[in-house]
Amino acid sequence: MFPLNIRIGFFLAVRALRRASLWTTGLIIFVMVLTFLNLVVISGILVGLLQGAVDAVRTEYTSDVIVSTLSDKSYIENSPNIIAIAASLPDVEGLTARYAEASRLEAGYQTRKASDKPNIANAYVIGIDPREEDAVTGIAADIIEGEFLAPGDYDKIVLGNYLLDQYIPIDTPGLATLDNVGVGSKIRVHVGDVTREVTVKGILKSKVDEIALRAFMVDSQFRSIIGRNDGNVDEIAIKVEEGVDPRDVRDALLLRGVGEEAKVQTFEDAQPQAFKDIIATFNMLGAMFSSIGLVVASITIFIVIFVNALTRRKFIGILKGIGINGRAIEISYVFQSIFYAVIGSAVGLALVYGFLVPYFVANPIDFPFSDGILVAPLEQTFFRVGLLVTSTIIAGYIPAWMIIRKNTLDSILGRN
Amino acid sequence: MIEVRNLKKTFVNGEIETPVLKGIDLKVADGEFIAIMGRSGAGKSTLLYQMSLLDEPTAGEILVDERYAHSMSESEKVQFRLSEFGYVFQDYALLPELTALENVALPLLMKGLGKMLSYHQARAALEKVGVGHRPNNLPSQLSGGEQQRVSIARAIAHNPKILFADEPTANLDNESSHAVLEIFRELHRKGQTIIMVTHEEEFATEAGKIVRIDDGRIVSVEADR
Ligand SMILES: Nc1ncnc2c1ncn2[C@@H]1O[C@H](COP(=O)(O)OP(=O)(O)OP(=O)(O)O)[C@@H](O)[C@H]1O
Ligand SMILES: [Mg+2]
Repeated sequence: MFPLNIRIGFFLAVRALRRASLWTTGLIIFVMVLTFLNLVVISGILVGLLQGAVDAVRTEYTSDVIVSTLSDKSYIENSPNIIAIAASLPDVEGLTARYAEASRLEAGYQTRKASDKPNIANAYVIGIDPREEDAVTGIAADIIEGEFLAPGDYDKIVLGNYLLDQYIPIDTPGLATLDNVGVGSKIRVHVGDVTREVTVKGILKSKVDEIALRAFMVDSQFRSIIGRNDGNVDEIAIKVEEGVDPRDVRDALLLRGVGEEAKVQTFEDAQPQAFKDIIATFNMLGAMFSSIGLVVASITIFIVIFVNALTRRKFIGILKGIGINGRAIEISYVFQSIFYAVIGSAVGLALVYGFLVPYFVANPIDFPFSDGILVAPLEQTFFRVGLLVTSTIIAGYIPAWMIIRKNTLDSILGRN
Repeated sequence: MIEVRNLKKTFVNGEIETPVLKGIDLKVADGEFIAIMGRSGAGKSTLLYQMSLLDEPTAGEILVDERYAHSMSESEKVQFRLSEFGYVFQDYALLPELTALENVALPLLMKGLGKMLSYHQARAALEKVGVGHRPNNLPSQLSGGEQQRVSIARAIAHNPKILFADEPTANLDNESSHAVLEIFRELHRKGQTIIMVTHEEEFATEAGKIVRIDDGRIVSVEADR
């Protein structure tokens, strides 16, 4: 059984809470819920903004493992061999090989007078197998106008939205975009010395720069434009089976010597350092805001318990006078604080996991560089619940201790 | 049983010293019912607090059950008050959020008695003082006289050696005062030691001994008239 003081403390706390004003109790719990949300949601959304971006890059661009050109090479040597190796790994669900070449896109040349400013944009043109690409990254779903490429399309191109003036959210100096181009427009693609006139088949919209700033053509035709017949590609995105750690696939490829001819990275390795830095910064900011919230909640509880104990000082004196242990009275206040913190956290947990997380999954925050979600890992959340409860216990214990330790008779008589 | 020797109490407030008890000698035997009387400000309450171990005297000795009070630690005093003493205050001093029954049962629970036994004894104490029919009322749902009887029940439920009462009838009407006095008389008849402070001659005559105090000294002791 529990020690006597704890039992008596519980006895007193239950009755104090039961007879307390509903308004006061409700208000205190409300403060605790807000604190909990502050603790979990602020950093959760900050991190979630970035997590949304990380997730998007992974699904739309790198997939789980990305094999790319070594920095001193202009393409992946021995590509067919590498593709064969990757495809033969049991954990690989699918892959897509891409040709990439820096190009200049030109529009409006049909009517342009010599004195007009040329209507051009610089872009990587990517040659893909439309079926394989869509199977791995699902970017066909990002089409907002026209249609995605189909195998066998000839002289057709799909443009990322950042290449088009009308889809640039803000006027960015230095970023040349195509003016007055839509589905059906004819534009020229200049790659090296080769120029081809193609028709815009569709427009892709993505918050991932690597997609939004690219143009896509069917690989079979693109190979002939860039004059590459050896089957060597520039990047290979590999999707692994559900539940497989991408690192295992990366290591399997490296083990088979793929690292000699190409850079092999998991989606995490490929994240720009800036991303990781921003996530760390946001986590720190979140922790800062959370600490402030924690301090506010602690002060709230401190004041509530202090005022409560002060107005009941006479009764505390009487309790001690008739022989109730001061410890038991202190514990009764600790129980009351725990009650507020636990109920507050429980309501907060229900709100976060029952409402907010699913809500943000269904309605992500529309941020320029990502679709923000609410990231609230259970483990971290429960750590914060623990933090809240602990600080509340301390914040409740101190004022109770301050008043209970006062002289018994002084308390009974209301003397100082 | 309880003995006070040359007891002095002086309150010090900065520069000002207020001598309130100036040398009190008093012996209370088991089973005695003592009334302490005197005009307002004479030091009656102060004496009661010293004897009941709620306060510490400036000088002199208090012997309870052959133990010197000054040799007891604070927690020993708390334990002593819990198991050996019972208190009735002028303003009832019941906990507002506890029912009558819970108020009475609390010291029993604190003594480590089981819940069943505590509530059983508490109920018996309430019956004894005639408020057994309202066990689940909060103090605010009881009359002053009923509250004072609940507070007496709390003071006697654990069969204390000594019952201390500081003007237990001061806030009550005549009828309730008589009821309270009747309870005291009955307790005394069964052997309860009682030390009661009162203003009223009429009630003091119930006691076996009247101790009169003035200006911090005992001026007369009238025994068994
Ligand atoms: N803490 C204190 N500091 C200074 N003086 C005090 C203090 N407590 C009590 N006194 C003084 O001691 C004297 C006796 O007080 P006490 O309460 O014992 O009187 P009493 O006989 O019980 O009077 P009453 O019948 O009005 O209750 C009073 O003059 C009071 O002013
Ligand atoms: Mg008095």
